[in-house]
Amino acid sequence: MRTIKNPILFILGLSLILFSCKDQNQGNNGALTSNAAERVYVAPGEHDEFYAFISGGFSGQLSVYGLPSGRLFKVIPVFSQDAEKAWGYNEETKPMLNTSHGFIPWDDSHHPDISQTNGELDGRWVFINGNNTPRIAKIDLSVFETTEIIEIPNSAGNHSSAFVTENTEYVVAGTRFSVPVPQRDMPINEYKGNFKGALTFISVDPEDGGMDIKFQLIMPGFDYDLSHPGRGKSHGWFFFTTYNTEEASTLLEVNASQNDKDFIAAVNWKKIEEYVNNGGGTMMPANYAHNVYDEETHTGSSTMKKEVRVVNPAEVPGAVFLLPTPKSPHGCDVDPTGEYIVGNGKLSADLTVHSFTKMLEAIEGEKYDGDAYGIPILNFEDVLAGTVSQPGLGPLHTEFDGNGNAYTTFFISSEVVKWKLGTWEVVDRQPCYYSVGHLMIPGGNSRKPFGKYVVAMNKITKDRYLPTGPEVTQSAQLYDISGEKMELLLDFPTVGEPHYAAGIAADIVKERSKKIFNLTENKHKYGITSDADVRVERDGNEVHIYMSMIRSHFNPDNIEGIKVGDKVYFHVTNLEQDYDVPHGVSIIGANTSELLIMPGQTETFVWEPKQPGVWPFYCTDFCSALHQEMQGYVRVSPSNSNIDLTWSLGE
Amino acid sequence: MKTSITLSIALIASLILGCGGKTEKKEDGFSVKRQKTEQEKEQSTIETNVVKASERVDLGNIGVGPIKSMTLDDQIDQAMADKGKEVYDRMCLACHRIGKKFIGPAPDGILDRRSPEWVMNMILNPEVMVKEDPLAKELLIEFNGSPMANQGLTEEEARAVLEYFRTL
Repeated sequence: MRTIKNPILFILGLSLILFSCKDQNQGNNGALTSNAAERVYVAPGEHDEFYAFISGGFSGQLSVYGLPSGRLFKVIPVFSQDAEKAWGYNEETKPMLNTSHGFIPWDDSHHPDISQTNGELDGRWVFINGNNTPRIAKIDLSVFETTEIIEIPNSAGNHSSAFVTENTEYVVAGTRFSVPVPQRDMPINEYKGNFKGALTFISVDPEDGGMDIKFQLIMPGFDYDLSHPGRGKSHGWFFFTTYNTEEASTLLEVNASQNDKDFIAAVNWKKIEEYVNNGGGTMMPANYAHNVYDEETHTGSSTMKKEVRVVNPAEVPGAVFLLPTPKSPHGCDVDPTGEYIVGNGKLSADLTVHSFTKMLEAIEGEKYDGDAYGIPILNFEDVLAGTVSQPGLGPLHTEFDGNGNAYTTFFISSEVVKWKLGTWEVVDRQPCYYSVGHLMIPGGNSRKPFGKYVVAMNKITKDRYLPTGPEVTQSAQLYDISGEKMELLLDFPTVGEPHYAAGIAADIVKERSKKIFNLTENKHKYGITSDADVRVERDGNEVHIYMSMIRSHFNPDNIEGIKVGDKVYFHVTNLEQDYDVPHGVSIIGANTSELLIMPGQTETFVWEPKQPGVWPFYCTDFCSALHQEMQGYVRVSPSNSNIDLTWSLGE
Repeated sequence: MKTSITLSIALIASLILGCGGKTEKKEDGFSVKRQKTEQEKEQSTIETNVVKASERVDLGNIGVGPIKSMTLDDQIDQAMADKGKEVYDRMCLACHRIGKKFIGPAPDGILDRRSPEWVMNMILNPEVMVKEDPLAKELLIEFNGSPMANQGLTEEEARAVLEYFRTL
């Protein structure tokens, strides 16, 4: 055994190691508070306080997390096919992804927003935009499934969407890219004056949430980046940030940054609604899909709509005004009182805040600084409430805690900055890891935010997690904002790119969450509500199998008389009526995904057998101790054979 | 060395026996003499003389669940029984067939073996029954571990199904 020759040196060395470790820890944890772990710990079996619906960006979906734990509960398929849930693969949901361009298996989902009543979150639906092939989807929070998708005509890069007014009168979808309206073959360099930007107001039925395009406001050819509704005193207005007011069609990186100020467009939608209700606007030929999923038939249907009502803003005096706002503003955020409209000028060093009251006064006094294509431009100084001076670099988006504070993300300086409404002073700042885009306070886009946490959504994570090759996860970071200073508690990986999120107190949603679909309400065309109705029918080369499933067998599980060249429809009904007992099914060689069928639900997949043989099918979702026994066979004979169609179970 | 010789002999013997088997007529499928199982069965019969749980008569047991006591009219309520059949066909038929053992036991004659309370509780509270009621526990094993599904029947629906059972 070696002895330590110089104990003093040894202790010195040891302390050096200890100290250096401590330094390193501090460096890694940054702003992390010491008891962060217990503040985000939700014990096994306990529920989180909030739901967070975080957009999937290029995944096209919407993920559901719990806060403060950051646990992922579900990825709701919206615009992209999802083989796990058969979304866009089974016969029932294929129509949901239909568009005027045909079946589209993907989109880029950006901005979820939760339905409201009287300016407060009611937890009935989440709306979210598909950016690439413009669409708005509605997710029903009683089932956490997408139940309606409407395509937006005359739009391209559906980005300033999908935000709701304070009684969910409308969900609004603004175009990012201006395009010829209606679309036509023309030279690109004739953009200026000829391309238009459509701002679409989709009415929402207060009972069933049914969406319908009420009107499209055909605006000048700017890029409409983000939007938010007025609330309280400014209810009835909608605000849109714009950039590329230069109307450039190439090298926008340079050409769309020429103007010192772009605009926030203020739209008095109540005035336009009245105009439209009195027959205003014109019906323009169009072609767009309206897809609705019926919960009783468990089936989606797609209808092509052939016209849309368009409104020229110049023809509705007093309805639209332009508020000069510095440097290509991104986020367009309205505080809970409805007085302040924050323009996050992403190329500006300052944050610009407009006053709704001053805006009305300026409109009253008709103090205009010219017009753009007939739309009055107000004077910057006349509408300015204040400026948050040099709070950071690259302001993107602001939310509010309901206690007079605003929280703004800064992309370039990678931080969240807290500042006070009215005094415009910065009170705190916390770093983000790294390059934060949007942020979310549950209820932040309402009159009543739940000002306890803010979630920052980061574009870059680099060294934050174990590396996974060149592609690494993006992330969300949770800060406690209940005190004067923000405290970083947690960061967690996200699905796809989280562009924005919507959060809500769990209590508002969870009681309404369905446990099963009632069999007696199953009106699927090929559904069966009793094992007595199980059968197989042939219609030419189409074979329809009316199959049931319950722990742990299929009925029928032996089928003969299928021939090569047949198109075999498996219509499978889950007869279970108990919570959390889904069954899955697929058959060897099916050119589609499995079905994952909830209790009381019917789903369909198509199988086109190509070879004679006896082919097994089985349950794909572990359902009971006898799950491995949940299997069956289909006998496939040559196309010219005369085997009778027979089916059985247990014979 | 001695062991290996013994082993070789055993091997050769088994090969010869195997060859002998080949001369028999080939039958479809295969069968294995389930001697061990039969032995076990015999032994347990001898030891405890137990009747299978599904065949046992136990009218004093009310089971575990919301139904603590009930009385049945002498007269069968046919309207209720008809309603019960409707519910049964929708919710139960997939596993319980009349007159034959299927996934679960046949319901005919059930009230000769079980109290009405027990039947009601098995329908309304199956998860707890198979854990806490000794008879239900045995049934779960007898029926291969196939769980009795909770089909979410209301008490009224379960009562109607019970009335239907009385007509079988």
